[in-house]
Amino acid sequence: MASTFGKPNIEHSNPLARTLLEKLDYDQLTNCMRCGFCLPACPTFNETGMEPASPRGRIAMMKAAVDGLMEPDEQFKDQMNLCLGCRACEPACPADVKYGQLIEQTKEALEEHAQHSAPVKIMRKTLFKGVFPKRGSMKVLGGSLAFYQKSGLQKVARGTGIMKLFPKHLAEMEQILPEASSKGVVERMGTFYAAKGKKVGTVAMFRGCIMDVMFADTNVNTVELLSAAGFDVHIPDAQVCCGALYAHSGEMEDARALAKTNIDVFKELGVDYIVSNAGGCGALLIEYDHLLAQDEQYREDGKWFAERVIDISTLLVEKGNPLEFADKSSQTEHVKVTYQDSCHLRNVMKGSSAPRTLMKNVANAEYIEMVESDRCCGSAGTYNVVQPEMAGSILEHKMVHADRTEASYMLTSNPGCLLQMKLGIEKHKPQQPMQAMHIVDFLHERMLCSK
Amino acid sequence: MITELISKQLKAIVGDKYFRTDQEALIAHSYDGTPMLQALPDGVIYPETTEQVSEIMKIASANRIPIVTRGSGSNLCGGTTPLSGGIVMVMHRMNKIIEVDMENLTATVQPGVITQHFSSHIEELRLFYPPDPSSMKISTIGGNIAECSGGLRGLKYGTTKDYVLGLTAVLANGSIIHTGGKLTKDVAGYDLTKLLVGSEGTLAVITEAILKLIPPPKTKKTMIAMYKDIYGAARTVSKIIKQQIIPATLEILDNPTIRVVDDFAKIGLPLDMAAILIIEQDGEPEMVERDIEKIYSICREEQADRLEIAKTREEAEKLLTARRSAFTALARLRPTTILEDATVPRSKIADMVLKTNAIAQKYNVNIATFGHAGDGNLHPTATTDARDKDEVHRVEEAFAEIFEAAIELGGTITGEHGVGVVKAPYLEWKVGEAGIEVMKGIKTAFDPLNLLNPDKMFAKQAKKRVVIQRG
Repeated sequence: MASTFGKPNIEHSNPLARTLLEKLDYDQLTNCMRCGFCLPACPTFNETGMEPASPRGRIAMMKAAVDGLMEPDEQFKDQMNLCLGCRACEPACPADVKYGQLIEQTKEALEEHAQHSAPVKIMRKTLFKGVFPKRGSMKVLGGSLAFYQKSGLQKVARGTGIMKLFPKHLAEMEQILPEASSKGVVERMGTFYAAKGKKVGTVAMFRGCIMDVMFADTNVNTVELLSAAGFDVHIPDAQVCCGALYAHSGEMEDARALAKTNIDVFKELGVDYIVSNAGGCGALLIEYDHLLAQDEQYREDGKWFAERVIDISTLLVEKGNPLEFADKSSQTEHVKVTYQDSCHLRNVMKGSSAPRTLMKNVANAEYIEMVESDRCCGSAGTYNVVQPEMAGSILEHKMVHADRTEASYMLTSNPGCLLQMKLGIEKHKPQQPMQAMHIVDFLHERMLCSK
Repeated sequence: MITELISKQLKAIVGDKYFRTDQEALIAHSYDGTPMLQALPDGVIYPETTEQVSEIMKIASANRIPIVTRGSGSNLCGGTTPLSGGIVMVMHRMNKIIEVDMENLTATVQPGVITQHFSSHIEELRLFYPPDPSSMKISTIGGNIAECSGGLRGLKYGTTKDYVLGLTAVLANGSIIHTGGKLTKDVAGYDLTKLLVGSEGTLAVITEAILKLIPPPKTKKTMIAMYKDIYGAARTVSKIIKQQIIPATLEILDNPTIRVVDDFAKIGLPLDMAAILIIEQDGEPEMVERDIEKIYSICREEQADRLEIAKTREEAEKLLTARRSAFTALARLRPTTILEDATVPRSKIADMVLKTNAIAQKYNVNIATFGHAGDGNLHPTATTDARDKDEVHRVEEAFAEIFEAAIELGGTITGEHGVGVVKAPYLEWKVGEAGIEVMKGIKTAFDPLNLLNPDKMFAKQAKKRVVIQRG
């Protein structure tokens, strides 16, 4: 919405307030009319019952800070960081307030004034400057994780109780880490994989950092599903991290730099679609247009890129040759399946129906909708690491609903959610044995043949 | 002012966590759903029991601290904005459905229950609680009672006041009163239950309510009638009522509203139409069929361009949910949305639509109209920008004239949103000087120190009327 009135003319003495005034989109702040429709959608409001922990409350605080009604103090920062960034408030908002942009702008401002403790600084630097942007480092990380797991070190670590030295939530997470691999999808399949059967299009696969190290099998299965559905699949090796972890942590400049690299790499291939199998990555990829809206050189290319981003499930349902899925092991008995939405796939990529369509299409499987399947599981990127208490309480409620489905499989569409579901199952032990799985792996296992 | 000592006393009642004076809490309770209104409280308190509320009121009285009770803060009249500071009392923790009495068909609830949770719970028990304000997804029963909320089903089923049988409430001095009961008849003294419903938190703090439940309708049928001419739609409404058909829901949406609602809900509303009516009838299958048929032909007579009947319940629910988003969805047009709820006798709905549009034109402001046409309750909504002082002033002038027009047609300044602070200057137009005096007397009887939601209902000065006619 165009506005002719702009921002308030205030000289803030507080440096953070100044940056907030500079970064926050004042029109968006004004667009929030405080109707409160977002409140029931917000996980942190539901956990706390406190208005400040709601989207309406957070926007009011952002605006109050900009308007000079409040000092953006420690409490302000904590409240902003308590937001999961699940963006469930956006589809709930009739006024179409871009909350995701507001919280990102706020986090960018906070980051500019952040005084991280020494260990956090080192961790951020290693991860953000050293590991994620560099493909090689991710492989080394994957390799060392694999070594840790396969060499017996993991057993030793668990046996000696050395993990007890770590905070409890990190120790719990260590237990559910999947087998990592230093061989990603390109190392296994090359950079091109041809369509099987009648060709319907050409796509490029976005492999993701975490996906390709911890869930490389899922990436391989994704390519095979795409191929079976009639797509030629490019897997450009020069692609880099999508930038989501940076954007959500307020490191916007780094996120933009990564976006530009990816745009250059994918643009060259001239594909019909750019496929993601991780809602968290896809949601940022699909907003490259917004991310680069102020960049004259990349604005158009950002749009080109964003228009092509699609989730694997949506692509299979809407564009691919129909595939048949059936449980091969038990022909008679129905296996119960349920699903945890990836918030970013649902709220940003608007891709909540396709995974359900696919699951319902699996013969011998019964799809059970979990209560509040659309509510964040508490994983939310690095949230479960930095906000263990809130994440833990959200997960506990989630697992109560999971248990009630009596499903044998808990499927998801994002690595963070998948790990969180594994953690939930490990920690809260549903009455029925339950296995958390990426929907791609579940479907791949049951793929019969293309029609 | 809240001293160290008072703070300590209040924390002793509710626990440290539940009395807050920190910046964050104050900012987050400085507003409600009303545009252009913000005021910081001095503290925020979250009681859990009637007894706690009583203790809090005793301290507030002793120290002359204003108390503004609040549910989810979704009201549109400035009803829960703490204009004189004081303490905002949030009722969210008192959110239990205490009992559903299947023999007397009543429910006993705490005020913080979310309306939709309550409604769904009752429907699961195969009973029916009709009041359904558009904010029901987040509004609380306590808030609904305080504002006497209406909704989409008001036409046939009435509003909140028709479903409150009894109340537990705490007076300003801390005394606890019980009014009414699980009774269909009760004439013991003044009807304090009805008096408290719609009293906007100015008379007492409601801490428990006994609500009436009714058997659910056997079937429902929902249709949408589309018009190239908005007056055709408005005439249809009056004609349906005249033919003695009372639909459960009879909503009107004009073109700008249709557009924004569809932009949000994406349900394929006809963007080329000047207005649509959403009509629902419920009840016995034969009656529903007969009524819908009659309505269908009335729509035809009034030149409806297209008529569609919802094929599934899901489709109908989507339509109604979309309608409930209308008010906020209008914010897609401009940053500030000012919504009013002038109400006229049902036969005058077409006149009111005409007048509203003429007034909008006169003041050169954008006013979209939607609302519960069937009960004469329209929601003319101005889309503007709070930062444009000149335009906002014109909007205010336009609304003053709309209120005047409504009163002239035998209507009222507010059908369901309440007076609060926004309509306080106009209250005298509707109830007259003597009416104001008797209301002020009631206020003093309940709350002699004027601590409960001060600044609401009664303006310091009534607004001068645009046209002086009958009052």
